Amino acid sequence: MLARLRLEDGESDDVVEKLSRIVDFVDQLQAAPTDDVLPMAHPLNMSQRLRADEVTEIDQRDFVQENAPSTEGGYYLVPKVIE
Amino acid sequence: MSGHWEVVIGLEIHTQLATKSKIFSGASTAYGADPNTQACLVDLGYPGVLPVLNAEVVRMAAKFGLAVNATVARRSVFARKNYFYPDLPKGYQISQYELPIVEYGELFIRDDEGREKRVGITRAHLEEDAGKSVHTSFAKSSGIDLNRAGTPLLEIVSEPDLRSAREAVAYMRKIHSIVRYLEISDGNMQEGSFRCDANVSVRPRGQEELGTRAEIKNLNSFRFVERAINFEIERQIEVIEDGGEVVQETRLYDSDKDETRSMRSKEEANDYRYFPDPDLLPVELDDAFVEAVRATLPELPDAKQERFVAHYGLKAADAEILTTSRAQADYYEVVAEKTSANAQLAANWIIGDLSSLLNKEGIDIQESRIGAADLAGLLDRIADNTISGKIAKEVFDAMWSGEGSADQIIEARGLKQITDSGAIESIVDAVIEANPGQAAEYRSGKEKLLGFFVGQVMKETGGKANPAQVNQILKEKLE
Amino acid sequence: MAGKDQALHMRTLASLTRGLAAGEFSSRELTEALLARIESHQPALNAFITITAELALLQADRADKVRAAGNAGPLNGLPIVHKDLFCTQGVLTTCGSRILDNFVSPYDAAVVERVAAAGAVMLGKTNMDEFAMGSSNETSYFGPVANPWDKKLSPGGSSGGSAAAVAARLVPAATGTDTGGSIRQPAALTGTTGIKPTYGRVSRYGMVAFASSLDQAGVITRSAEDAAMLLGVMAGHDGRDSTSVDHPVPDYGAALGKSVKGLKVGVVRQHFDEGLDDECAARVKDALKTLEDAGAELVDVDLPNIGLSVPTYYVVAPAECSSNLSRFDGVRFGHRAEDPEDLLDLYCRSRGEGFGAEVKRRVMTGTYVLSAGYYDAYYLKAQKVRQLISQDFKNAFERVDVIAGPTAPTTAFAIGEKTDDPITMYLNDIYTIGANLAGLPGISIPCGFAAGLPVGLQLVGPHFAEATLLASAHQYQQMTDWHLEAPGDFE
Repeated sequence: MLARLRLEDGESDDVVEKLSRIVDFVDQLQAAPTDDVLPMAHPLNMSQRLRADEVTEIDQRDFVQENAPSTEGGYYLVPKVIE
Repeated sequence: MSGHWEVVIGLEIHTQLATKSKIFSGASTAYGADPNTQACLVDLGYPGVLPVLNAEVVRMAAKFGLAVNATVARRSVFARKNYFYPDLPKGYQISQYELPIVEYGELFIRDDEGREKRVGITRAHLEEDAGKSVHTSFAKSSGIDLNRAGTPLLEIVSEPDLRSAREAVAYMRKIHSIVRYLEISDGNMQEGSFRCDANVSVRPRGQEELGTRAEIKNLNSFRFVERAINFEIERQIEVIEDGGEVVQETRLYDSDKDETRSMRSKEEANDYRYFPDPDLLPVELDDAFVEAVRATLPELPDAKQERFVAHYGLKAADAEILTTSRAQADYYEVVAEKTSANAQLAANWIIGDLSSLLNKEGIDIQESRIGAADLAGLLDRIADNTISGKIAKEVFDAMWSGEGSADQIIEARGLKQITDSGAIESIVDAVIEANPGQAAEYRSGKEKLLGFFVGQVMKETGGKANPAQVNQILKEKLE
Repeated sequence: MAGKDQALHMRTLASLTRGLAAGEFSSRELTEALLARIESHQPALNAFITITAELALLQADRADKVRAAGNAGPLNGLPIVHKDLFCTQGVLTTCGSRILDNFVSPYDAAVVERVAAAGAVMLGKTNMDEFAMGSSNETSYFGPVANPWDKKLSPGGSSGGSAAAVAARLVPAATGTDTGGSIRQPAALTGTTGIKPTYGRVSRYGMVAFASSLDQAGVITRSAEDAAMLLGVMAGHDGRDSTSVDHPVPDYGAALGKSVKGLKVGVVRQHFDEGLDDECAARVKDALKTLEDAGAELVDVDLPNIGLSVPTYYVVAPAECSSNLSRFDGVRFGHRAEDPEDLLDLYCRSRGEGFGAEVKRRVMTGTYVLSAGYYDAYYLKAQKVRQLISQDFKNAFERVDVIAGPTAPTTAFAIGEKTDDPITMYLNDIYTIGANLAGLPGISIPCGFAAGLPVGLQLVGPHFAEATLLASAHQYQQMTDWHLEAPGDFE
């Protein structure tokens, strides 16, 4: 599935049941008249600020990889991907 | 290719923008670093970090838009393209979807019949590159290197206006040339800085509706583009002619086997769930910004080509070759301006001798061992009859080997052409005297023998006599 | 006013500042006293995920030295705790989730940086609903938090640990985050003061994202005066957050003296419709009367679309969260399932094991509303309704300075009471969500008790009206003592 979530046995019935209630609940939006209304993606009407093109980051690989479950030779490891 | 079928091709070209830092972070974009040493917290998709847009990528995208006569959007929006893959650390790629920064552009190529052809550019949008997976170095694992993650890309999408693999390559070369002229990309195809996906379909000639297309992913050389498309065209025609149907799918070109094959494994239900990235705000550009970018536009290949024809009197085909790269055109202009020789002669030398040496050594014209001013010096000596064209080639090779300037080599090797009529006359006299039989035959009408006498004189002078003078004196003496 | 004779834990930030400045006690003494209190109440309340005692003492000693050298910053030596979704360098940052139960942040969030630079001493990281998704603190992987007013009850959420810690007088101030009411609702349910500033007012850098267009950091304290003090330090532009606002930060402390005389207070009829507990309604009406008596003018305002705020939120927030939480994949940090068969198994099991039920529900809801064929009907539709709701507020603020009403429909509810029905739980935030959708600042302050449990009054203002909200709240707190009431076991 798209969300890449595995549900435990017995969990999935409950999830499906609750999801359908949530979807029913949000379905009340359908009644709202929204012709000619612009969708709102951000609370403030601002535009993107731009950053100067400068290298500001230093190599912190070894420090950062202390959090990684599996690494070797500087790479993050995952089960072999067959292309 | 069967005349019954019409081929329809559209290209999506991914150009890496030549910035110092990444599109949304301050990590370096330099190529070839140790794995993950240029992947900062933003590139790694760490919890809590946020993207901030690099000003330079916006400027570069706008520059490209103006160069292809496109609309530079006053408002563009970044969206998230959601999918899971290990080289995509956030689980989404930040890209532009509904509102790209560049739309409605065009450029012109030569079609298969040599006519000028317009190719529409649907859009060009900014996005971040993904990392790389390494599959061969580890026994049961793939290794993920995220140095490339977050490198800025400009994806240039053409209209399905291309009708053959050759046209597709011509279009791709033109884009390649433009991005390098603009200095927004190094265009390095080996390093993946310039690559494309090709959408290919076929339909019976005359049919309005498009055929089902296949997308060939990740083509990283002009040769592969041509071969992959040609293979794909034949494959599709064969499928249809055998009564089958072309499947809409993604295919991969295998250059070793010279074939495309389906990548269905990676396909699954492709639902990218695009939505506006709430971490980034709309990019808003005003007219002043766009005009400031316009002021930085260099002369582009088409304009330069026209000028070369008009100003230097070059053949159109030569002007086109010379203007493929800005460096080569600049080189040519220096030579043409400095030398007293004919501008077409300068073009011949660059397209001929110089290019073949550069190709052989696999280097760019900027790295040429003969600078433009030095080549101009050599051509000057041809123009003023100090040396002949043939001797010039010898001097050219010596210059390439680092023996010095044209003048130094001519001097050192004693290659100066003999232009003293008196000296030439005495040699001519001696040659005629040594070959009385041939002289008599010539005089009796066998004028072809002039070549024989020229050859003899040149042999005597070691090639240094001015050929025109030799001709003239011989004719006079043999009358 | 709190003073010298009070126990250290009963004193507010303002009072402690004076005590430290006067040399009544050192930051170390204060820190030790509060750490001991935290330790003793942690088993019963579970307000903390991590207690950073060692680090706190180091910071306290440093603060004492800095003060001796005459360089004390505005929060020098004052104890504070952070909600556990602010990244803290070298300290566990879990977001209340198993998927980050081993995650040590390599960097500090902007909020953490600013507060530390002002000299504050961090005592620990507070418990919270998993990834801030919840209104009761029950979705935490680290167990629910108890409400200090009654340990069988929930303190609300998602900043439940922060609210409980402040209410129980374990610490005078805590940071929180508010995506749909996660500061204001727990503040209301625990009798504390909680402010969510304007979207963009405080940097989100280092604050682990739930729903990026709604999330905003704020504070939970025991008075509006303290909230002004702490927010003043946290607020301000940050170049690392593209949505951070480059707008000067007023001196919130200096603005507190402004009287409510002539203040136009909007009262929304829909807020008193069915769903609001009668007792709570009565307390809120009392509070409005208090403001009116002090010279404020009550004006009826209408927010015609406010009834759609909860469904709108439950499309927008899950959509953003489904994407924000994709980075938790067991590859670069966080929980990874053991012996994955292949890549798909690695993803599905790491995430399946790492996320709790509520997070899964929201990720799945979000995935659904963004998917092909449903995008227009749900996500785009919700964005349009969001525009309508935002416009309603804008219209209202042309007539009034603030909108006042209840923060939550009921007082604190029992742990476990609403877990079976997500919709009932979601409706807890019915009065708070509108401010998030429109990006407005909101504050909740205690305004009395219903059956012995605190009731919250919410004030919402137009963009960047934090100073007005804080001043109004402060003026109210000068006229009332509700904010000084401590739960019986924690005086």
